[in-house]
Amino acid sequence: MNKIKKLNWLFALLVLLAAIAVPWVIKAPYHLHILILVMVWATIGTAWNLLGGYTGQVSFGHAAFFGVGAYAAGLLNLHYGLSPWWGMALGPVVAALAALPIGLICFRLRGPYFALAMLALGEIFRLMFTNLTEFTNGAKGVLIMPEITSKMFFYYVGLTVLVVTLLVTYLIVHSKIGYYLVSIREDQDAATSLGIPTTFYKNVALLPSAFFTGLAGAFYMNYVAFIDPNIVFNLSNVSVMVILVVMMGGVATTWGPTIGAGIYIALGEYFRATLGSANVLVFGILVCLIIMFMPNGIIGGLETLKQKFFRSGTGLPGGGNGEVLRS
Amino acid sequence: MVKFFEAKNVVKRFGGLTAVNNLSFTVSQGEIFGIIGPNGSGKTTLFNLISRFFPVTSGEIHFNGQQLENLPAHKICNQGIGRTFQVVKPLRRMTVLGNVMAGAFLHTSSMGKARTKAEEIIDFCGLTQFKDSEAKSLPIAVRKRLEIARALATEPKLLLLDETCAGLNPRESEQAIGLIKRIRDAGVTIIIIEHVMKVMMGISDRILAINFGSQIALGSPQEVARHPEVIKAYLGEDHA
Repeated sequence: MNKIKKLNWLFALLVLLAAIAVPWVIKAPYHLHILILVMVWATIGTAWNLLGGYTGQVSFGHAAFFGVGAYAAGLLNLHYGLSPWWGMALGPVVAALAALPIGLICFRLRGPYFALAMLALGEIFRLMFTNLTEFTNGAKGVLIMPEITSKMFFYYVGLTVLVVTLLVTYLIVHSKIGYYLVSIREDQDAATSLGIPTTFYKNVALLPSAFFTGLAGAFYMNYVAFIDPNIVFNLSNVSVMVILVVMMGGVATTWGPTIGAGIYIALGEYFRATLGSANVLVFGILVCLIIMFMPNGIIGGLETLKQKFFRSGTGLPGGGNGEVLRS
Repeated sequence: MVKFFEAKNVVKRFGGLTAVNNLSFTVSQGEIFGIIGPNGSGKTTLFNLISRFFPVTSGEIHFNGQQLENLPAHKICNQGIGRTFQVVKPLRRMTVLGNVMAGAFLHTSSMGKARTKAEEIIDFCGLTQFKDSEAKSLPIAVRKRLEIARALATEPKLLLLDETCAGLNPRESEQAIGLIKRIRDAGVTIIIIEHVMKVMMGISDRILAINFGSQIALGSPQEVARHPEVIKAYLGEDHA
């Protein structure tokens, strides 16, 4: 077990080193641009996964946190003349604050209430930011003049954001808290009977999830330099898309959201030229196929293959040795 | 002296239906206390009241000098009461080890300590060979055992067992009884609900028989088995 753990860390380290080396090999700004978008999506996906994947509390409104994070950066610049980089500090906090009341109210209930409340929150924010024109510029959006335009710089900032998100999520999941979150997902009654305060721990998952989604939003604002409510608070292109991205990569897996984000962005870019705005269709069909044939996503499918291989090799549990119980 | 466990005039109404009607009983430390009754007589409801999954309509429940009926459900476990579920609720996509560790985390935040504790308990419950299997892949007898192991990991002083032997074949039942006795010998007090009379007669120190939520008999297994009301409830008027 420990050996496997060490191998996993080694693998993660190699991936990180490779990611750090990439801009020295791939210098084309277009390719770096794609990789930066992948990192934004991987961050949102990883954050969503902590709540939706591990804790089983599906959110249909993560765009709310993404948009609030982005607007925090944009409005700081627009109204107060501060560098939008301060949004990287403010955005995540505002996103977490926006999440708190929803969690406190909805997590006391079971069933679809949280998912519905989040769906509503995303739409409410979209409408609010569209109509509070004096504060938000409304549908005209917010434009900033970036001081830095080097893609390589943004690549490394994006990579840092993603690595921090992955690391924090990993540490949460592989601790007592992680066990509690998964217990809540698997059976809330059983979790309660083990002394787990379920409402509290659902909030423990929600806050970092909103925080890192807000961080991704603030970074996005700094990078693309223009946002409007229909981009960052978009239901289908952000809130629902992040769910598909995570499902494709592998729900409740460390690398799933990152893999999913990579495929989503790559397909989108590839088919945008040939199919125009129908490019999302290809991704949609692919998600359907993945769900049909690999219900646990790409990472889950690989895991199953690995286990099959591993078990047939060593004859571990699962091999039918007749004797079911021996005491 | 403070009684170890005491239920005083406990009542639970669901609308017009009185599921538990004015039940009072005490359980002393180290005892195996059995609860029997026909289907729908309120046994599981009583467990749900003790573990605070349902609020009581009226009455008091005391444990170890603590009054339970106003605590939130997750605090019951902190007080030292563990429970299993009649319809087993394994954490399906977690391994047996993970299930038991989730219980063990009540008293520690350290992964290492939780794992050691969980491995001890898995061994105690005879689940070692299933340690790394996912809970959803287990046969029913092993799932029932896992329920017990998970509850034991929270180090309860009182364990509520809800139909641990239901659905098991005779050999598996024997093993379950052996485990329950070992748990008692390890110093855990047990309240057990069971339909299999052979099991109840064999292991209970005292038995409470209920029907329609009310007590019909309370005493040693022999007394209860001979009690005319119990025979009436189980076999009908003619046999009493």
